[in-house]
Amino acid sequence: MTLLSVRGISKRFGGLQAVSDLSFDVAAGSIKALIGPNGAGKTTIFNLISGFLPPDCGEIVFGGAEIHGMSSCEVAARGMVRTFQHIRLFPKMTVLENIMVGRHIHSRAGFLAGMLNLPFTWGEERRIREKSFEIMELLGIGAHAGTEAISLAYGQQRVVEVGRALACEPKLLLLDEPAAGLNMRETNEMGRLISRIREMGVTVLLVEHDMSLVMKISDEVVVVSYGEKIAEDRPLAIQKNREVIRVYLGDDA
Amino acid sequence: MARRYLPVAAFAGLIVAIQLATFFTGTAYHLTQLTMTAYYSLVTVGLCMLIGYAGQISLGHAGFFAIGGYVTAFLTTCNLKLHPGVLVSVLEKSGLLVARSDAYGGSLLTVHPWPACGVAILLAVVIAYLVGGPVLKLKGHYLAMATLGFGIIVYRMVLGTEFLGSADGISDVPGFPLLSGMLITGNSSARVSNYYLAWGLVILGMVLLLNLIHSRVGRALAAVHGAEDAAGAMGIPTARYKLNTFVLSAVFAALAGVLLTHYNGGIGPSEAGVMKSVRYVAIVAIGGMANLWGALSMSLVLNYLSLRGYFGTYDDAVFGVILILIMLFAPDGLLRRHILSDLKRAVSRNPAEEEAS
Ligand SMILES: Nc1ncnc2c1ncn2[C@@H]1O[C@H](COP(=O)(O)OP(=O)(O)O)[C@@H](O)[C@H]1O
Ligand SMILES: [Mg+2]
Repeated sequence: MTLLSVRGISKRFGGLQAVSDLSFDVAAGSIKALIGPNGAGKTTIFNLISGFLPPDCGEIVFGGAEIHGMSSCEVAARGMVRTFQHIRLFPKMTVLENIMVGRHIHSRAGFLAGMLNLPFTWGEERRIREKSFEIMELLGIGAHAGTEAISLAYGQQRVVEVGRALACEPKLLLLDEPAAGLNMRETNEMGRLISRIREMGVTVLLVEHDMSLVMKISDEVVVVSYGEKIAEDRPLAIQKNREVIRVYLGDDA
Repeated sequence: MARRYLPVAAFAGLIVAIQLATFFTGTAYHLTQLTMTAYYSLVTVGLCMLIGYAGQISLGHAGFFAIGGYVTAFLTTCNLKLHPGVLVSVLEKSGLLVARSDAYGGSLLTVHPWPACGVAILLAVVIAYLVGGPVLKLKGHYLAMATLGFGIIVYRMVLGTEFLGSADGISDVPGFPLLSGMLITGNSSARVSNYYLAWGLVILGMVLLLNLIHSRVGRALAAVHGAEDAAGAMGIPTARYKLNTFVLSAVFAALAGVLLTHYNGGIGPSEAGVMKSVRYVAIVAIGGMANLWGALSMSLVLNYLSLRGYFGTYDDAVFGVILILIMLFAPDGLLRRHILSDLKRAVSRNPAEEEAS
């Protein structure tokens, strides 16, 4: 079953065609990777899919509904949640509070209920807290619950960001270079975490530069270069694809 | 919860202590300025929510105060000159209109303060939505300029509108009757009750705002303040949350405007002035931005000193200077934990390092 279907999307920035006529599908329950050289347009594709930028043309169907033109917050509410290539944790908030924000779409206390401290919000807050602790335990960051998130080591900040996204209980999780800046041990752990997330029933679309990580965990790989798709296949086949090798190693290869 | 409400109880104790002190020292006349301070504090804490927690600046909140004050002043003083008839008596009976005599003994038919207050707040809400919708799409300096522009428009309008009294403003505004038979009025006989009423309202407002910042919405606002794009990615409707906070702070300002106008018996254009807006922002800034208690205590001290005339002819200048100094030396405000270490760092900072970095 297809969870996300991208059909012919394009995006132009002034004179630069960042994404052109790009199509691919993501099957429910799979891990799909999006790879390509720097500046190929991978982050832009994420921005288009997740409602941060409107595509110039094309269709994006998520969970059977057209989401083209929706805002990032509407897209998130439908169950597609992303992380950022450059970590975007909430400053001045603890790890726990960062993760609790992830429960936003699953709770409902509004301005009035909050100001009046209505009794129904007490149980809701307690459940938000419990679920957040559950996620922190799962990721092994429970000991840092009370620490300011942005004061953690870089690798742990990445984990917190993934945890915050997981707290949304997404159907589809978009990870933009989750292993960037991590050392080898941390990268391996991130790989295991992503596989575990898939086992929890979350579909994953991943942008990543670490090829061994990509080849190890993904079911399918899409390769983009200058905003165009040049290959889409299983990891083993991608590694043998002449066009992909040319893009990655230069014309002489 | 205890940590949230304990300071509230302590503050209530302080309010009582101040009243007792004025009673025993025979300085009860100070209560007048302290009551006015309470209403200005209502504006300040509302604005603190907007600036400190939602991260949106407004240099136009005196405009919302003036909208509240002028609407109620106009409606409760303007003689409707309706011919007596069934409709008028029905409106009078229902409490919407009230007949009274003016200062010269003539008879007057005006809107009752309660519906006038309702109209004033409603108008402030509508204007806040209309202004905030487009303006809050702006960030930083641009938002500051746009809200400043709004404040200037309100100021020029009240100054240039004849039926709002132009440069004189509106006077002879009646007291605001409450259910218990109490009256919001500046009469010295009602000084103590008005003092407690005004500060009671501030405390109520504080409880509402403290609840809000400790709620799901407060967390979402902190997220919007800290990393707006990431907040959007978590499904928080960032634009709507910013707008709601803007409207909420406008309601605090307008309500303060309504009640202080009834307390003072009138309002003048200076209440809508840009320097009033700057003053509110300066107090929020010196209180530590995201610090409701800081804003409230600074408001209590500075407004009181200002209203008692301690700043003399430099009144406005004092607040301008405060704002500049805070921005230069302590952009997170004076009332915060690390002030000592920050000062040490500022003193020991050497110029060579500055150049290198
Ligand atoms: N908002 C933007 N405005 C203008 N150009 C952009 C914008 N975002 C990305 N680009 C450009 O689009 C191209 C693709 O960028 P990006 O999607 O970040 O690539 P990748 O993530 O594959 O490294 C780059 O040349 C980049 O400079
Ligand atoms: Mg990128």
